[in-house]
Order: sequence, then structure tokens, then C-alpha cells
Amino acid sequence: MSKVIVVTSGKGGVGKTTTSASISTALAQKGKKVAVIDFDVGLRNLDLIMGVERRVVYDFVNVVQGEATLKQALIKDKRVEGLYILAASQTRDKDALTQEGVERVINELKEDGFDFIVCDSPAGIEKGAQLALYFADEAIVVTNPEVSSVRDSDRILGILQAKSRKAEEGGAVEEHLVLTRYNPSRVNAGEMLSKDDVVDLLSIKLLGVVPESQDVLNASNSGEPVVLAQDTDAAQAYLDIVERFLGGEVDHRFLEEEKKGLFKKLFGK
Amino acid sequence: MALLDYLLGQRKQKSANKAKDRLQILLAHERAENKAPDYLPKMRDEILQVIAKYVEIDQDQLKINIDEENGFEVLELNLVLPDEHK
Ligand SMILES: Nc1ncnc2c1ncn2[C@@H]1O[C@H](COP(=O)(O)OP(=O)(O)OP(=O)(O)O)[C@@H](O)[C@H]1O
Ligand SMILES: [Mg+2]
Repeated sequence: MSKVIVVTSGKGGVGKTTTSASISTALAQKGKKVAVIDFDVGLRNLDLIMGVERRVVYDFVNVVQGEATLKQALIKDKRVEGLYILAASQTRDKDALTQEGVERVINELKEDGFDFIVCDSPAGIEKGAQLALYFADEAIVVTNPEVSSVRDSDRILGILQAKSRKAEEGGAVEEHLVLTRYNPSRVNAGEMLSKDDVVDLLSIKLLGVVPESQDVLNASNSGEPVVLAQDTDAAQAYLDIVERFLGGEVDHRFLEEEKKGLFKKLFGK
Repeated sequence: MALLDYLLGQRKQKSANKAKDRLQILLAHERAENKAPDYLPKMRDEILQVIAKYVEIDQDQLKINIDEENGFEVLELNLVLPDEHK
């Protein structure tokens, strides 16, 4: 059974692409067959984060418009078995995607035996974002502990509950919260919404917390999903998230300030 | 400082608490607004046209929304009539 997952947020720049890349990679590492699709037509980015930008020949729009086959457009990851990337178009405008076209591509991926189809949504709540979530079975709502991000997440939850195919058929998309760019010391100082605050406000199940981390930028600089930088907190957080997503029970981590030892206090970092 | 912060903290609300309080109010409001049926704006226009036949009103003075009270859905119409109309 294939599952379609949308990674969405409403607000821009909160970490959807970072999350899509790491979750897809970790699912494939777990032996799943995964396709990750960039829905951000005109603002392609997933290819860079995945480090496959020089291998894009055909993109999602080409497939939707019948200018290339899915096989031609899917980029096979060279690091992780079973991981495939479908890039967004850089040159077309947002209207190049149609609901029928997207459905055809998703159905073909299902027939090809993909376990997970991960849709990296563009920012906003307009057509592009609605198309990315329409066929979803599950939604990963990426939120920062900050007022405008929480508000926009609530909006996108409303859209999931009203305008997804599942909702139209009387069912519901399963919702998960990924709270990212979390800074425990600011939370402790009362300067940042805590994970409990956000869960309370959005009333949705917490899949995991990803700490604010410099390793995310380092990973994107080198075109590697941060989850591959195994010994970093961000990678561990994403591995936990995928473990929980697959039904495992893992305690939440990275919620407390890192206790700095004397050495660290003196020499920093 | 920690003690001072603690003592002051009793009076001064932390910014995260302010954020939560504001969001709680805002989200409740926005959820109700977004749940409003699609026909609401059109119905509002038609009601306005009917009222305008009898009284001169300012279009912005008509507030219309659907609320939930004790499990009942309530259609609320709120119109302030102009001063001279007594
Ligand atoms: N945990 C984190 N710690 C620090 N920086 C992060 C973290 N997660 C994401 N970022 C940074 O935030 C920025 C935006 O991330 P990303 O591109 O994943 O967001 P997005 O939601 O996909 O944006 P868009 O809405 O533009 O598609 C990037 O510069 C990324 O490096
Ligand atoms: Mg993105």
C-alpha cells in the first residue's frame, strides 16, 4: 500500500524542504521505496538540498504535460537505495500543474510500487499548496515556535480538513506536527513558545521536535540531507521522527538546554 | 539577577505567554470565520439590497456571521442604523 505524505506549513521558509529531504532519505534508509516530489514550481529547491541539481533533465511539469515519462524524470539517489527525486520546473509558472496531471503521476508511482510519495509543498495557501496536499493520506505540518508560523499552520490544517480529497470523501488526512528550529534555552527563558504550547494551540499530534542547528546550513551547503550527518542533533531528531512515523515508540529529545561542560564553556561550541 | 527576574516575573508576563494568549484568541476567531459557509458573502449582499430599499445604510455597518452557541448554529445579523433614523 502506497502512502502519500504532504509536507506543508502555510508560512514560507520554516523548513518544509529540509524536512521533506531528511524524512524521505531516512524512510529509504529503512528499506522503503520513496519518491520525493518538489511541488514548488518556479522556485525549485529540493534538487539543491538533495544534491542532485546537476542531474535534472526532465521535471515534474514535463511529466504532467506528457513531455517526458516518469521514468525519464525520476532521479535515482546515489547514496541511498530506493530513493528517487522528482524536481520541480524552474521555468514554468504555477499553473503548469493540473489536478488531473498530478493524479496521473501519483497513480503511476503507486503502480510502480513506491511505499511513500512525499510531496514538498510550496509556501502559501493558494493553488500550489492546495494541489500538493489534495491527494495526501498523511500530512506533516512543519511549524516554527513563533506566532505567524503557528497561525499559518492552523490555516493549512483548516484547508486539509476541508479541501483535501480525503476530506471531500468524508474521511480525514492524518495530521502530524514537526516543530522545528526549536531553541530550548529560549523556551526556558519564556521567550519562545514551548512544544506543549504549540501542541495545545493547534491540537495536533506531535511527531517530533527538531532543534535550531547550524548543521542544517552545513548540510545544505554540501547538498546532503541533514539526516545523513548522523552524529548531529538535527539528524538524530529526524531519525526519531521517522521511527515514530513508522509506529515506533521513541521518547522526545532535544527539549532541554544542552548542558555545557567547563571545557565547552571556556572554548565555546 | 535570577532572583530579581523571578520576583519581577511575578508581575511582568513573559513574551511566550503573551504569544500563546494572543494566538488562542486569534485562532478561535479565525477558525469560526473560515468555517463560515461559502454562500455567506452573497447572502450578505442580498440582505443589504433588501434593507437598502427601506433605509439608507452604510454598507460596512452590516455584520453577519455564523456562530455556535450551546451546540446550536446561530446566524447573527448586526446592523447599526444611521442617527437621523429614529
Ligand atoms: N532546524 C533548523 N535549524 C536551523 N536552520 C534551519 C533548520 N531547518 C531549516 N533551517 C533553515 O531555514 C531555511 C528555510 O528552510 P527550508 O528551505 O527547508 O524551508 P521551506 O519551508 O522549504 O521554505 P519555502 O517556503 O521557501 O519552500 C534554510 O536556510 C534552512 O537552512
Ligand atoms: Mg521549500
